[in-house]
Amino acid sequence: MANKLINQMGLPKSIANVFAARNITTAKEALSLTEFELMEVLDVSLAEVTSAIARISEITCPPYQTVLSLMEQRIQMEHMGGHLSTRLKGLDDALCGGIPFGVLTELVGPAGIGKTQFCLKLALLASLPPSCGGVDGRVIYIDVESKFSSTRMIEIGAKSFPEVFRTKGMAQEMAGRILVLRPTSLSEFSESLQQIKISLLQNQVKLLIIDSMAALVSGENVQGATRQHLLGWHISFIKSLAEFSRIPIVVTNQVRSQNHDEVCQYYFQAHRRERIVENHSGYDSHLVAALGIHWAHAVTIRLVLDAKSGKRFIKLAKSPVSPPLAFPFNITSSGISLLTDDGIELTGPEINTIHCEGHSDIINFDAERVQYEAT
Amino acid sequence: MEVGRLPLSASQRGKLISAGYTTLASLSSLSPSHLARDLRIPESEAFEILRVASLGCRLEQPDKRTAIVNGGQTAWEILNEEKLYPRITTSCADLDNILGGGINCKEVTEIGGVPGIGKTQLGIQLAVNVQIPADYGGLDGKAVYIDTEGSFMVERALQIAEASVLDMSQYNELLRKESRACQIKIQPTDILEKIYYFRICSYTEQIALINYLDKFISEHKDVKIVVIDSVTFHFRQDFEDLALRTRLLGGMALKLMNLGKKYNLAVVIFNQVTTKCTEGSFQLSLALGDSWSHSCTNRVILYWNGDERNAYIDKSPSLRSASASFSVTSKGIRNSASNHKRIKLM
Repeated sequence: MANKLINQMGLPKSIANVFAARNITTAKEALSLTEFELMEVLDVSLAEVTSAIARISEITCPPYQTVLSLMEQRIQMEHMGGHLSTRLKGLDDALCGGIPFGVLTELVGPAGIGKTQFCLKLALLASLPPSCGGVDGRVIYIDVESKFSSTRMIEIGAKSFPEVFRTKGMAQEMAGRILVLRPTSLSEFSESLQQIKISLLQNQVKLLIIDSMAALVSGENVQGATRQHLLGWHISFIKSLAEFSRIPIVVTNQVRSQNHDEVCQYYFQAHRRERIVENHSGYDSHLVAALGIHWAHAVTIRLVLDAKSGKRFIKLAKSPVSPPLAFPFNITSSGISLLTDDGIELTGPEINTIHCEGHSDIINFDAERVQYEAT
Repeated sequence: MEVGRLPLSASQRGKLISAGYTTLASLSSLSPSHLARDLRIPESEAFEILRVASLGCRLEQPDKRTAIVNGGQTAWEILNEEKLYPRITTSCADLDNILGGGINCKEVTEIGGVPGIGKTQLGIQLAVNVQIPADYGGLDGKAVYIDTEGSFMVERALQIAEASVLDMSQYNELLRKESRACQIKIQPTDILEKIYYFRICSYTEQIALINYLDKFISEHKDVKIVVIDSVTFHFRQDFEDLALRTRLLGGMALKLMNLGKKYNLAVVIFNQVTTKCTEGSFQLSLALGDSWSHSCTNRVILYWNGDERNAYIDKSPSLRSASASFSVTSKGIRNSASNHKRIKLM
């Protein structure tokens, strides 16, 4: 609505013409100037500017809804009140039915923990026919790290839903609904996002997966804060994509080790810093999500996948609807499965920490680290 | 003071200067018709110029004779008024304590914190709590919820509303056992119906909505809180001209402050955090920069303290800096559990 034209807003003819003459044609251009700047540019009195701005604002601003009507609309219009079931009972219960439509859900975890496995399973679930509880849609899978494996996906499918896959031609039909894109650079990714925006509405796309967001930026040769800013446009674009097509978007994120000078504290906590650093060194491996705090504000649900003393856990690190729960899981031939549906409630920032102990791929990395810290 | 500093349009200013009226003093004893003839403008326009000039004049030299200026209030009056300001409870007694009883009406309160600390939760809680009926010490108002991030969850609002109704009926049973007739009549759906939800998708819409709120609230007089979750999001994305950003944000803050004063309502703004490099080490601080931090009356930072969620009063003209713990439960924002134990021990 930001690009609405001023000459169609029913302003008095005289002032509308002044706007047009100064080449201010859209609401965005008019509202990007302060009232005094506008007086200067348009050469009219304050009262006229104020009334024109009030009119433009009223038309530009979106209409309201009461939360009640919002809720009723969701319940009526959407499958399961707007959730994609993960078929992991405990997780679904905690998330009020599954991965919600219209927002970003993020999976964070060390390499090899099972993020891609989770994504493959979700892709299958979204493309299942409704008779088997799926949403019968297409899936767009943006595979940045080239980890998508069709063989593995069919295996997961055949093991999890044997009755579906026994039907002849079903595997082909389902796999045919999953479209994999492999962008190699950030600019290519931006391009495909633009195209996706159009095709989401035309085709029955019910799920968008981006595996992984962090790999996209790590390819670009910039460091630190500017790296975050590269993604600024993408963050708001992806969020609005989810919102307006009302589909779930699942994004994965990598981890990196935390630098020592990056102490995440406010200035008024400074005196406590020493104690905390002491506490943490020794057993914690200081892993943090690769994309920083700016990105973390943008995701609505964050699931942390990590490993602690040989066990893998899915943790609901950020979610407005559920308590901080952790579920132990393992990876079988049918994909991710929970060991128990009753989550362990965690208190404090423990829910946000990412461990990688006793998890086969990273064992050596850990041992090195312990040695390094001992010296 | 010079004519150049008056809020007049450029052509009017040009006409004034070319006709020789450069200072305010030169305008002070003019009649509108005289000025209209001199500048060759309609009399109504001349009258408008003189009105603006006399306003500018009054600002410059407060006359001793008119010590009681229109629109002023004595400190004593303000004190009496402040005592009557209603406050909106956060449902966490410790947090209410350090806030002096809750979120204050007529003020702009900024709340910031890391992702997942509970900002959105607090926002929803306040939007529900503002509706507590007057019998229960509430404001019996309505809420405007401005969602810029798309993080508002309807399911969560329903949970919090249900818990709030439950609490009220328990309170009812405790205190009014004798009068059974006085039953709770509020349904959770009634609460949801009184939250006006705006979804904002660009900074232009955000500015437009803030401009429009004045009209909206004058039509919905019972709105007692405006929650903006968050003010930061759109202003952090693709903004090249930082000076422009500061000007727009400043204008917005001013309008919000006026809104709060005019309609006697609370404005709660949520902000994100960013890392800031000071003296070689990275620290967390609220986003949008230093000039923004001047624009709110109160500033509260939510942070992790060990295993507990804490709130810290970072800036306030009337409250001392203090911190209190709170927790996010399935019912909403509540006192933290460990604190209960401590009180019990004492």
